[in-house]
Amino acid sequence: MSKARFTKAWLAALIALAPLSAETIVIQNATIMTVSKGTIKGSVVLKDGKIADVGEKVMVPTGATVIDASGQYVIPGIIDCHSHIAADGGINEGSVSVSSMVDIRDVINPEDIAIYRALAGGVTTANILHGSANAIGGCTLPLKMRWGKDAQGMIFEGATPGIKFALGENPKRAGNPQGGRGATATVQARYPATRMGVEDTIREAFNEAKAYKADWDAYNANVARGEHPIPPRKDLKLDPLKEVLEGKRYVHAHCYRADEILMLIRVADDYGFKIRTFQHVLEGYKVAKEIAAHGAGASTFSDWWSYKVEAFDAIPYNAALMTKKGIVVSLNSDDAELMRHLNSEAGKAMKYGGMSETEALAMVTLNPAKQLGIDNRVGSIEVGKDGDLVIYDKFPLSDYAKVQKVLIDGMVYFDRDKEVSGRAAKAAEKQKLIEKEKQNQQRQQPQRRPTGQGGQAQ
Amino acid sequence: MKALGILIGCAIAAAAASNETILIRNADVYPVTGAPMKGVSLLIQDGKIADIGAKIVPAKGVRVVEAKGMRVYPGMLDSGTELGLSEVSAVRETVDTDELGTFMPQLRALVAVNPESEHFPVVRVNGITSVMTFPSSGGRGGGGGRFGGGEAQIISGQAALIHTDGWTWEEMEINRSAALHLIFPAIAGRGGRGGGPAPDAVLELFGATAGAASYTQARRTYEQQIAKLNDFFDDARKYQKARAANAPGFQRDLKFEAMMPVLERKVPVAVSASRASSIHDAIAFAEKQNIKIVILQPRELGKVAAELKAKNIPVILGRVLALPETEDSAYDEAFTLPVEAYKAGVKFAFGTFNNEFVRNLPYEAATAVAFGVPYDDALKAVTITPAEIWGVADKLGSVEKGKVADLMVTDGDPLEIQTQVKHLYIRGNEVALTNKQTRLYEKYMGRP
Repeated sequence: MSKARFTKAWLAALIALAPLSAETIVIQNATIMTVSKGTIKGSVVLKDGKIADVGEKVMVPTGATVIDASGQYVIPGIIDCHSHIAADGGINEGSVSVSSMVDIRDVINPEDIAIYRALAGGVTTANILHGSANAIGGCTLPLKMRWGKDAQGMIFEGATPGIKFALGENPKRAGNPQGGRGATATVQARYPATRMGVEDTIREAFNEAKAYKADWDAYNANVARGEHPIPPRKDLKLDPLKEVLEGKRYVHAHCYRADEILMLIRVADDYGFKIRTFQHVLEGYKVAKEIAAHGAGASTFSDWWSYKVEAFDAIPYNAALMTKKGIVVSLNSDDAELMRHLNSEAGKAMKYGGMSETEALAMVTLNPAKQLGIDNRVGSIEVGKDGDLVIYDKFPLSDYAKVQKVLIDGMVYFDRDKEVSGRAAKAAEKQKLIEKEKQNQQRQQPQRRPTGQGGQAQ
Repeated sequence: MKALGILIGCAIAAAAASNETILIRNADVYPVTGAPMKGVSLLIQDGKIADIGAKIVPAKGVRVVEAKGMRVYPGMLDSGTELGLSEVSAVRETVDTDELGTFMPQLRALVAVNPESEHFPVVRVNGITSVMTFPSSGGRGGGGGRFGGGEAQIISGQAALIHTDGWTWEEMEINRSAALHLIFPAIAGRGGRGGGPAPDAVLELFGATAGAASYTQARRTYEQQIAKLNDFFDDARKYQKARAANAPGFQRDLKFEAMMPVLERKVPVAVSASRASSIHDAIAFAEKQNIKIVILQPRELGKVAAELKAKNIPVILGRVLALPETEDSAYDEAFTLPVEAYKAGVKFAFGTFNNEFVRNLPYEAATAVAFGVPYDDALKAVTITPAEIWGVADKLGSVEKGKVADLMVTDGDPLEIQTQVKHLYIRGNEVALTNKQTRLYEKYMGRP
């Protein structure tokens, strides 16, 4: 058995824990931080995967499973607006400066253990993005952390898809093969090598996309008139950009410095499209006015800084400042580890810049939901929304808090008690697999015979 | 001129011990080494804690800081940083860790500390008053300098214990040679987090399928490195003898000179070793060479916890907020490592091991509490315990009469994220709680 197969068997054992169908669940006696309607002491009723009731007093449906959450806290499932987990075999199609023809949808790996770990950190939805190697990157989409489901089952159904853009140091890197962080020994430099070139790359692409869209619009108008014209040639690179121009695909733009943020806003203005979110946006606080006027969201780190030059003016007050200037702000991870404690990352928005509990919590729940256009479904605890909830043992905006249970679509996908109590059985199963593998290897070992020439050392 | 002097004195704290006498009044004092004292006053004089008591009548001219409802704690000590040596981690020109050379005990982190680093004021606002700053990032599977191009470092130099404030590195110094940094060799292999060494079980099991030669080769390289390491120590001991005998023709050797306090057990060796097997081998090495060691950044303890306890070897844990080492490790493996150390009776302190996260030191401790470490022990692990480990517990790490006045005055529990540090004192100097980030915040809040 290869290591990959061994891992697969092991993962299969874990995945067997996935819930099958939604039952009616009542979470009682909890402090419920609804985000949209204040914090109450009471209960939440989940039925058919949705939130059926929430309040200080609720009717407990007969036959409902009761979860007693006395002394515990319930928050909406955490939404990470920037993640690269669950994508198999690389997230950067960096060979070209515009890679809009590729799609993360095609490389979803539902067995990535990072999904389970994110779930154990209270994340129920994550926006899985293409990397930042090029000015216009690949297509992206949000997933629900439905550990145990297949790739299709992970997809946040009905969510507007996105596309990754990237500005600044990362897309320039391939243009500077001899230097810079992460520079590779690329023989040939790839355009662009400067922020000027990044702007031009995006303009050139939209110049093409506009013409392409005009061809299709003309064609569709002709068809509508009952004519039978020859359709334009389908262009897989330009299709997603056409969708951006039509408002059918969200632009999530990786950026750091104020100048490049402003540049992209003006490019978008010129070509008549919108930036849905600026990602990282560490200097967003310097151009908060312009971001707010454009109507873009901002998805940033709580306190990361100084790891590269364009992160040297990062301030932990960024999220609070941008909020105060009228921007919908979320806190993201971009990291399989940080992803597991976005709750305490939100707490930092209270420390740095004095956000209220609700404002801070919204940065990892309702605000990313708004940014991803899924706030009709998730992001707050309201009747009719998806049953995506996290139960913590303590006040959740703190590192003292531990996730106890995570529910998605009204089903328990993570249960710390079960996780901990199930470890002995898992260890025993692992040991069994190891023993089996050892036996396999012994069987497969070729018979060794003395060579008669002094023999080879065994 | 005098006015200007006062102005500067307020804006940037002088780093030498303060001449100012300050009375912090009506505070709740949390000494860490004893029970909290509610509603008491604390007198800072000559840079030290001169008195703590219910009724201290300030002499004339003493500055009084009203601290009703606030708490006084010792300033925190981060046991694993590169502060002052690394500014923008991706830009080599701003990084002075990770020198070339395999055995470099003569290198001193202290002399490369840039007192004007923007990192110092950033970590101060969260109550970090002293740090261990290391000459190498270390603990990355023993593989070469961070920026590549060199042979794997084994001894990277001397780590310094410094205050996070001062005009020069000399004034920041607490101990220029607080530890010798040894990056213990590791068996390179697949599977570890961040390309680190794979667990032995994995190597044994799958070494064969991956090509037995590669594992055998890796093992051989490892053993060669350990042998080289022993040779280096043995040579240092020979040098020590020749030096004592003052043999004719004896010549000073700077590398071996740097080893003398280590051989005399006056300076501990901080050993970066992540896997239990490496830690086990490091303990055996320390026994053989009769040196004092501290283990840095273990990623697992398991059976070696008992060994560490038996040999009274402390560990510097961090980061607590880290991914599990392998795909099938428990999701909370790193979160529960501190409680594992605690239960085994191993002495532990915390380090953040990345300048970017030094300010989050208290939250590492909080995570340890969430996963089972008693609160008091977690708080000690960022104050008095590291002071003990680095040999300065007589001066730092707690709020006690006679100790250096490294203090933070907070509005709550310092391990809780929302808590704000209201005043900070380093050697009795009140340090302004501003930095590049607070200035940018103010500037851009004011943008019309």
